[in-house]
Amino acid sequence: MTNQNKALAHISKYAVTYLFIALSVSFIIVSGLDINYVASQLLLRLNRNAFIVLALIIPIIAGMGINFAITIGAMAAQIGLLLTINWGVTGLPGIMLAAAITLPLGSFFGFLIGKLLNKMKGQETIGSLILGYFANGAYQLLFLFIFGTIIPLNDNVTIVGASGVQNTLNLTGQVGLYTAVDGIAHIPFLTALYIGAGVLALAGVLQFVRKKITSKRLIVTLALSAALAGIFSLPPVASIFNGSHGRVIRLPLVTWMMILLLCLFNSTIMRTRLGQKFRAVGQSQTVANASGINVDRTRVIAIMISTVLAGWGQIMFMQSDGIGTFQTYAAHEQVGLYAGAAILVGGASIDRATNLQALVGTFLFHSLFITAQSAASAMFGDSAVGEYFRAFLSYGVIAVALIMYAWRSAQQRKAGQLSLAEETK
Amino acid sequence: MANEFVLEMNHITKVYGSNAVLKDVTLRIRPGEIHALLGENGAGKSTLMNVLFGMPVIHTTGGFEGEVVFDGEPVSIASPMDAMSKGIGMVHQEFMLIPGFSVTDNIKLNREITKPWPVSRLLGKDLEFLDTKAMSADARRALDAVGMSIEEYTLVSGLPIGHMQFIEIAREIDKSGMKLLVFDEPTAVLTESEAQQLLDVMKKIAAQGIAIIFITHRLDEVMDAADTITILRDGTLVTTLPKAETTAEKLAGLMIGRGSEGVIHVDKTDREITGGTAMSIRDLWVSMPGEVDRGVNLDVREGEILGIGGLAGQGKIGIPNGIMGLYEARGEVTFNGQKLPLGDADAVLRAGLAMVSEDRRGVGLLLDQSIEDNIVFTAMQVHGDFLKGFLKQKDSGAIRRHAEEMIKELDIRCTSPTQPVGTLSGGNQQKVCVARALTMNPKFLFVSEPTRGIDIGAKQLVLETLVKLNREKNMTIVMVSSELQELRSICDRIAIVAEGKVVDILRAEDSDTAFGLAMSGKRAKEGELA
Repeated sequence: MTNQNKALAHISKYAVTYLFIALSVSFIIVSGLDINYVASQLLLRLNRNAFIVLALIIPIIAGMGINFAITIGAMAAQIGLLLTINWGVTGLPGIMLAAAITLPLGSFFGFLIGKLLNKMKGQETIGSLILGYFANGAYQLLFLFIFGTIIPLNDNVTIVGASGVQNTLNLTGQVGLYTAVDGIAHIPFLTALYIGAGVLALAGVLQFVRKKITSKRLIVTLALSAALAGIFSLPPVASIFNGSHGRVIRLPLVTWMMILLLCLFNSTIMRTRLGQKFRAVGQSQTVANASGINVDRTRVIAIMISTVLAGWGQIMFMQSDGIGTFQTYAAHEQVGLYAGAAILVGGASIDRATNLQALVGTFLFHSLFITAQSAASAMFGDSAVGEYFRAFLSYGVIAVALIMYAWRSAQQRKAGQLSLAEETK
Repeated sequence: MANEFVLEMNHITKVYGSNAVLKDVTLRIRPGEIHALLGENGAGKSTLMNVLFGMPVIHTTGGFEGEVVFDGEPVSIASPMDAMSKGIGMVHQEFMLIPGFSVTDNIKLNREITKPWPVSRLLGKDLEFLDTKAMSADARRALDAVGMSIEEYTLVSGLPIGHMQFIEIAREIDKSGMKLLVFDEPTAVLTESEAQQLLDVMKKIAAQGIAIIFITHRLDEVMDAADTITILRDGTLVTTLPKAETTAEKLAGLMIGRGSEGVIHVDKTDREITGGTAMSIRDLWVSMPGEVDRGVNLDVREGEILGIGGLAGQGKIGIPNGIMGLYEARGEVTFNGQKLPLGDADAVLRAGLAMVSEDRRGVGLLLDQSIEDNIVFTAMQVHGDFLKGFLKQKDSGAIRRHAEEMIKELDIRCTSPTQPVGTLSGGNQQKVCVARALTMNPKFLFVSEPTRGIDIGAKQLVLETLVKLNREKNMTIVMVSSELQELRSICDRIAIVAEGKVVDILRAEDSDTAFGLAMSGKRAKEGELA
């Protein structure tokens, strides 16, 4: 392949990502929003949503497409939160209790989802989507009828004078779960960035010394970390974050450590025997089966992990700065949609995904979310248009990704057929 | 104590329903020998291997009779994994490789070398880290053993097809305790030099004491590499003999044999086809799943019944499918002096060709529709027959009359013309397919595997119908079939296809040896045959 072809292939592969970069930049300009505000909002949303988006990676690698059934993981998390509020456990112990409840619940739901998806191989994406809708019905039955009557709850979470759980659940105030993780410690964004660049450079050197990477890779890594530190040290860039223009932008330290830990988990598991099984099953179930891998079991494990992680992500979301309450009967509904759209925007596809794609995707997707309303009112004089635009974007991105995937595999099939005939010429 | 045989399969009989596919077959393999297993399609080679590997298809159909002795001990092999753990390996004809994985990852798939760490000690072996260094070293050793110089970290997807075969072999010999390896048509996709390299590798492996069962249709390769040869025909053992006692010609004759009598006898005496060329096929390339044609040249004379035979997957079915526009094809096909557009099914049908497909239930019939609708469907779509009035509605009266006529003529056993074809027996479904093709009033008919999966009585009737159409309506018929006897009983000439090309055109009365050689891709030399 020539360099030009390579560049073209790259652009067509990441067309959606580049489109979103262009849109984001123009929206930020058109909306006229304060750049300090945009940056702080963006980082806030990144720390809220990244965890859930990262939960999608393993099923994608295991060949099960985008697991829209993470909605069900979110439901498990909401059951955990409800019980925690009901029992009056506050602060970090409360969050840990909710997470502990989510673990067995999410695993069990994930097990059932996995079993079902194994019965509908090749249709996992649509299957998990519909499954999420179906589970919503069961969830409402549970929260409206079973909780409060069969499983007794305290008055502070039930509807006064009737059975069932309140419409809105509040984590703030006396409940004491709001920002239980986010609020532990903060670190200025720029400090975090410098530390990050330093760690990157150090890791590069270490890898080089242990002969894991070539000198070329080392130079690239060092240059990258230097460039990162350099760019953010430039006065115009630094002024966005350091408080000389608006507020000092800080990151919730523990939340970010959790996100990095999840990234590490995703990449570590891929280096184990289990990860190898995920990849093998994802690429060819026939071959995996022929070499003795239990394909169905591997797929169930992938979905179980994803469901639990998504549940924990939902807890992180609920406690995060700026949320604090949730609609008991609706908060989980859009989780799968937004997370799925975000990872696709980052350049992932139905059968490929990385940590970086998840993070970049979350960043880009939410940069549009933040600016869409203001941009719409600036352009059309009506902020409601921005609201529609958000929904349009989420569904549009998913539709485009599905079509691109179908188109690309059709192309590959065609190329494969022809090459066989050509080769023997 | 060393056993004389590493594997003994004694008096194996396997019955599917009432159909015996293996009858008292005995196969004995010595350690370190290359044992060729020969036979036509349906001779029982794959069933015998299925028994050896304990495939589910054997167990779910009532098991088998006979005894399998492996390494001196009677064994019962429950599953392919069980066979693998006992030291029986398989080099698949269809590659069992993951394209997106490196060569190493493929060779060590599900047999990864791993290192424990605290978490894995707690949660199980599945979480142990891959020891990539040790895995690469193993892969390197296996690749060297098969004479491959490629780097072990390259992705399989970028490799030429020929290399993949060697990676399969490398994977099998990397498994420790391997005692017997089965090679199923390993040279089918290789170039000549690669095939030679593969034979050398086989000899090298055998020299290390691993026995090899070599399934192939290329007789010259058998004569090159094999030590012992076993021939199956129609589920029975023909003979087992050392290579030194035979020749390729003898093997060809033994493979074909004058097995069962032909299902019908057609008087072909005094038949001289004098008509001109009806269809001329030049350099036809067709690519359909499992079948590739690589430059077919063939002339079909007007008024004849031309048979196309050959082993499965060699490209015989591709010829009608490619010409009728069902699969991608290129080349030049002229019909009555007129060039046919390839890939345009509609235009080909309009030109007066019709086809009875081998895939009855897939592309042949609309199973939920009635017999009459199936019979007139193509004619209605292509020629606009059986339509009436301004709005082009279906002319049910005409359809019914025509369907009843066809049912009578072809003796389709049914309750009424409105019976859904899905409820008919295989033979009657086939007759509906023929009826539909005839409704097109074709000048030229392709019939692909017309007797596959139907009982003997129905077979007879289908074949008689074809002969009748040919004799009475002077229709040119090209019949593709895996059953040589069938072709020999009704065809004027028989073209044998091997590896995507027409190897030879024979007459029914030509010798078995000539047919056997042609099927293995070799043309019998003039004068050498009696």
